[in-house]
Amino acid sequence: MAHDIAHHESNTKRIWVVFGILSFVTLVEVVLGIFKPDVLNNVVLGMKILNWIFIILTLYKAYLITWAFMHMEGETKGLRRSVVWTGIFLVSYLIFILLTEGNYVHEVFQNGHKAWDF
Amino acid sequence: MSTTVIKTGTEGNIWGGGEGVQPLKASYGKLMMWFFILSDALTFSGFLAAYGFSRFKFIDSWPIADEVFNHFPFMHGVDAPMYYVALMTFILVFSSVTMVLAVDAGHHMKKNKVVTYMALTILGGFVFLGSQAWEWKNFIKGEYGAIETKGRQILQLVDTDGHRVKLSEIAASIPSDRVQHENKNGVWYEGESTLPSFTLEEVIAGVEANPNVLVRTQVLTKKGEKTVLSRAESIAKLKKDGALIVEGANLVRNEYGSPLFADFFFFITGFHGFHVFTGVLINIIIFFNVLLGTYEKRGHYEMVEKVGLYWHFVDLVWVFVFTFFYLV
Repeated sequence: MAHDIAHHESNTKRIWVVFGILSFVTLVEVVLGIFKPDVLNNVVLGMKILNWIFIILTLYKAYLITWAFMHMEGETKGLRRSVVWTGIFLVSYLIFILLTEGNYVHEVFQNGHKAWDF
Repeated sequence: MSTTVIKTGTEGNIWGGGEGVQPLKASYGKLMMWFFILSDALTFSGFLAAYGFSRFKFIDSWPIADEVFNHFPFMHGVDAPMYYVALMTFILVFSSVTMVLAVDAGHHMKKNKVVTYMALTILGGFVFLGSQAWEWKNFIKGEYGAIETKGRQILQLVDTDGHRVKLSEIAASIPSDRVQHENKNGVWYEGESTLPSFTLEEVIAGVEANPNVLVRTQVLTKKGEKTVLSRAESIAKLKKDGALIVEGANLVRNEYGSPLFADFFFFITGFHGFHVFTGVLINIIIFFNVLLGTYEKRGHYEMVEKVGLYWHFVDLVWVFVFTFFYLV
């Protein structure tokens, strides 16, 4: 594992820094989740600002875990892209079709002629 | 590679891929771990996206997570939304840190450090699993109880200040001969599930006797709170639509609202918990291999790195479950 030894000086400092960031971000999420400031309840681009913040922070945490802890930053470009791009593409597509469909079913429940609460 | 035979201790670790070509510069095992993780990530995304589908379907009547998960150990009766799940998140993230420290120590061939950090990781895994069991227990047991309507909607009780009211606080006591039908008593071996602590009649009588109790429906207002009916509407609704009493949650009924919420909760956190459990098992196996000096002899600690990838992935999934079940 020659390349491993070459690339791995002790990373402990970075590990603790990343842990600090992850904890801080989680803390921010929890505080926002408990207090839910009224300003952040306004809807921007079809979703509450609060939810946008949560999702962006989550993606940021996912990035940190994958890059720093799973050491994706040290892998070759080919490996990185074949794992990350494939995942992101397929998951985005899945989310898009399922949420669109869920929205449509909701509209049918609201406006359709079928009674569902009787 | 083709002519000379040199033992480097890395035979079988680097993918051949043709004469001297190693496009991804990673061992076979590590590559396969990455692609297993990718496929597993797609499975979890399938579950979470299906959760999103159901939630969008019932966007204006979905349970509010803060009201469902508001318990904290030794703080009985205190409304503590999010604290417990935040604690669980810290436990899992921290066990991820000890795992990556073990991997780091492995790169420097420090066996004792690897042993210590792996032991801490395993401990963190067990603590997380225990926490999850406690969370499940609270969810299954329920706290307030609710009334289910004929249309399978959930009606909950609140007082005039908006605080939740437990069925046990108000239910009247009406003597009844109704007992649980057990499979040993009837014709053929058919039983029924445990009867709720109160009958519908007892609860309705209790609501009528307590003038400050109102009914809250599942429907969310513009502000994202549940609709509270007036006193007259409350009693009329209970008498007209009430069908049965629900206490706690299972795969069929859920006192907090849509049964789908409970189904997805059990399925997604259960599947994640199963991953944590297998992760702990694999960690234990690797831990003993480290103790026995297997990787010391092999000359590298790549197995620790591979199991570490899996463990971080479990943490990664939890980050998403945390967001979509508890925050959004």
